[in-house]
Amino acid sequence: MGKYITKRVLIAIFTLLVILFVLFVMLDKMPGSPFNDEKLTADQLALLNAKYGLDQPFMIRFINYVKCVIKFDFGVSYNIQKNLAVSSMLATRLPISIQIGLQAMVVGTIIGMLLGIIAALKRNTWIDTLCTGISVLGVSVPSYVIALGLAYFVGFKLGWFPILYNASKPFISTIMPTMALSLSPIANIARFTRSEMIEVLNSDYVLLAQSKGIKQYKLIINHVLRNTLISIITVMGPLLVGLLTGSMVIEKIFSIPGLGYLMVQAIQNNDYNVVMACAFIYSFLYIFVMLIVDILYGIIDPRIRVAKEGE
Amino acid sequence: MSEKKDKKDRVLSIRDLDISFDTSNGVVKAIRGVRLDLFKGETIAIVGESGSGKSVTVKAIMGILASNGHIDNGSITFFDEGKAIDLVKMKPKDIRYNYCGKKIAMVFQDPMTSLDPTMTIGRQIMEPILEHLKVSHQEAKNRAMELLELVGIENPQKRFKQYPHQLSGGMRQRVVIAIALSCDPQILICDEPTTALDVTIQAKILELIKDIQYKKNISVIYITHDLGVVAKVADYVAVMYAGKIIEKGNIDEIFYDPRHPYTWGLLSSMPDVDTDSHRLFAIPGSCPNLLERVEGDAFAPRNPYALKIDFKVEPPIFDVGGQHRVASWLCHPNAPKVEMPEQLRKRIDKMLKEVRG
Amino acid sequence: MSANERLDAKGYGTYEFASDDFTFAYDENEKIIYKSYTASSYLADVLHAFLKNKGAVIGFIVIVIIAILALVGPMMNEHTYKSIIIEHASLVPRVPFLENFGIFDGVYKGSNQYLDKGFTDIYYWFGSDPQGRDIWTRVWEGTRISLIIAFTAVCIDIFIGMIYGLISGYFGGKVDMVMQRFAEILNGIPTLVVVTLLGLILPRGVTSIIFALMITGWIGMSRIARAQVLKLKEQEFILASKTLGAQHFRIIFKDILPNIFGQIIIMSMFSIPNAIFTEAFLSFVGLGVPAPMASLGSLISEGYKSLTTYPHVIVAPIVVLALLMLSFNLFADGLRDAFDPKMKQM
Repeated sequence: MGKYITKRVLIAIFTLLVILFVLFVMLDKMPGSPFNDEKLTADQLALLNAKYGLDQPFMIRFINYVKCVIKFDFGVSYNIQKNLAVSSMLATRLPISIQIGLQAMVVGTIIGMLLGIIAALKRNTWIDTLCTGISVLGVSVPSYVIALGLAYFVGFKLGWFPILYNASKPFISTIMPTMALSLSPIANIARFTRSEMIEVLNSDYVLLAQSKGIKQYKLIINHVLRNTLISIITVMGPLLVGLLTGSMVIEKIFSIPGLGYLMVQAIQNNDYNVVMACAFIYSFLYIFVMLIVDILYGIIDPRIRVAKEGE
Repeated sequence: MSEKKDKKDRVLSIRDLDISFDTSNGVVKAIRGVRLDLFKGETIAIVGESGSGKSVTVKAIMGILASNGHIDNGSITFFDEGKAIDLVKMKPKDIRYNYCGKKIAMVFQDPMTSLDPTMTIGRQIMEPILEHLKVSHQEAKNRAMELLELVGIENPQKRFKQYPHQLSGGMRQRVVIAIALSCDPQILICDEPTTALDVTIQAKILELIKDIQYKKNISVIYITHDLGVVAKVADYVAVMYAGKIIEKGNIDEIFYDPRHPYTWGLLSSMPDVDTDSHRLFAIPGSCPNLLERVEGDAFAPRNPYALKIDFKVEPPIFDVGGQHRVASWLCHPNAPKVEMPEQLRKRIDKMLKEVRG
Repeated sequence: MSANERLDAKGYGTYEFASDDFTFAYDENEKIIYKSYTASSYLADVLHAFLKNKGAVIGFIVIVIIAILALVGPMMNEHTYKSIIIEHASLVPRVPFLENFGIFDGVYKGSNQYLDKGFTDIYYWFGSDPQGRDIWTRVWEGTRISLIIAFTAVCIDIFIGMIYGLISGYFGGKVDMVMQRFAEILNGIPTLVVVTLLGLILPRGVTSIIFALMITGWIGMSRIARAQVLKLKEQEFILASKTLGAQHFRIIFKDILPNIFGQIIIMSMFSIPNAIFTEAFLSFVGLGVPAPMASLGSLISEGYKSLTTYPHVIVAPIVVLALLMLSFNLFADGLRDAFDPKMKQM
């Protein structure tokens, strides 16, 4: 188990380094220089370059860059808010994105699992058809279509929730985005839970458990749910990707001052430092959560937790 | 064969059982008019190709038929301490809660997939004990340990806490047997218990089941397509084809005096080290599609000895003496005399010589 | 006859034996003609199972209709995707014949926009956008571009993924180790980040989007291919070809490829809606196809700007996008169930 975790952590760190390297190369090759004031002479430029370490060899500069990133220093913004430290921009925006993401994940997981379990247990009844219908719809319709629909009908026509983010009502403002964002996890988890549970229900070990004559509820709880839920953890990671993508668009639609909206703004304004910082934070969050999911899976599944001992 | 003696010792009797399945392609009549008796302490083997309805029959006994399967006709009577209970009239759920694991237990084909991968061996054995016997947790645990020892697992303390993936196939099958024996059942059903195992382990598992059967005086139903297994363990044999029992009798009757051409085929296809001919016999064709209504004898299209009547009328069951019953028109007095193939005759004579001389 | 009646033959008591009943049905020399009971081939089974799935068939039909419209739709009127008629800006949909039933009659906020402006015989089936372009033409033009992007990206994915997976799985050992670590790291980078960064550095256009989609899309394909190869490698027929001295290349292409075909098809049918969605996402964050070119994503992104004033602009592209995604998912679901023997009953 220890070996397993060490391996996972090492791969995660290495992946982050690769991402940092790519980001650095991109920043390095981007047209333009931080000192593009026409009044500067060549000597003054060289002096400035020396001062900020820009005359150093490539690898040294990369190491310096990594050091800065570890200190949460991403430089300053060029266009969005001139000369404001990117880190302070991130600090105010990150919590709200994480809040909405977590809300959507929690809502999505709970509702999705319930739908999937009900559908599997009531297989081939109208309940199953309904649950499958909801999940097919959820998988097929992109979250921003849902978001636009919600914004137009619930926000604009009915006026139940604010269409745009309202800083004085932070929680109320996150309800519609959470709804829009959670649809995809609901649908995916419901689908996965259903198929996984049907497979478990048809497995030999459930047949054996049945032949033991134990009560139906014990069979479902001890054997069916246990095995189904373990595998649900595996889809949590990939779903997060969907949440990340979704959050960028949804934050834009509802004007939520979060990481996603910041990144969209930065892309549209060619504010490279901010884009790179956002890309790094997204990658970091993603890799971190994937790592947690992997480790969690290892802890829960005895097939990974307990290494095979020879006969 | 006196009727009285039968009634006294009988533990299970199946009469005219019909089972069908609703599939997307229509209704499949998987079992047609099966009759079978099981006596105390005896071993009966149900033999046939895959798809012949062996497993379906025993799943019906256990109340674990797939949800699209249903019993249309007949009875499965279980004799529980003098009371006769018709399992067909009970809800599958009630069969499971009252008899499965407790009075009737089952050993499944593939030990690699039949244990829950996320639960320790110990808990899986304790589960039926806690469910059916009124015992404390500690008593259940002690009993589970004893069972592990009974089925020949060394170091039960250690194994108790392990997960299935830490055990070899043979060990797992022993665990499955321990689970089946946990509540001292009267009937043990073994669904191809050794097909998924190595040859050396096969023999050990069969020996184990025989041993336990002798110690506890339980009745065993074997489902198998392996006649080698049948020869080793069975007292009584039923040969199934396309959902029907086409020949049944005690082991000597079936092995030394088979009457049905299908049984001849089965026996000829049995591998035998010292047969003169090195060629292995295979019955031509495959099991019929039970979606279609069977006209006459289902085996007729594959039967080189088929009579014209076989294509018109389904053969009744002929009593050919002793406990031997055959569903083949060849046993009708009007039918031409047909001898079993020369090759098989020789093989059987040889076997007889070995056994008796 | 009497012997027969004593037997427990249910219902046959009245049967009169014919004179030749007890003669052999086959001549001694006549070969038995075996009736084939498994007449339907694998593909026929798959087709049969697929056709029984109504959702999948409907999905397939909708895909075909949308594809045809994407081809011929832009040619069905005189507008092109970039032709602007400024006086015709922001008209709501108006369709001949249907207008008589109170729908698609060009009425916006109580008055008929077309008649108000004196356009008696001008019809915009899906309306026009605030710049005065025909939405019908643009939607089908956009659908075509979205489909082209998705299909091309998925085809390249299949190609790269299969080759990668086949090589990795077939050779195993160190080759496999290195290739799998590489894929693992690439997979560790969120697609969103890769796509965005590529969108930033590449010139905006269809090729760039395809490239961005392709860079991570192949990993899933390669996994399927690798898993299948590992499974098949142990099977006898591969072993047989190996002992017969077949070349690596030949084994891969003749014996392994046909076996993974089904799964790859299913996977790609799931990938297409994903690619369409990613393209729409890129357009929405401003990295899509350059104007005045249209894709479903860019149309939605444009329509979003006038969502509260002229909601009709966004409706058509959203409906087409949602229908396309839904149909592909239904179709892929149906295919998977049809190919998957696990779903067989009994």
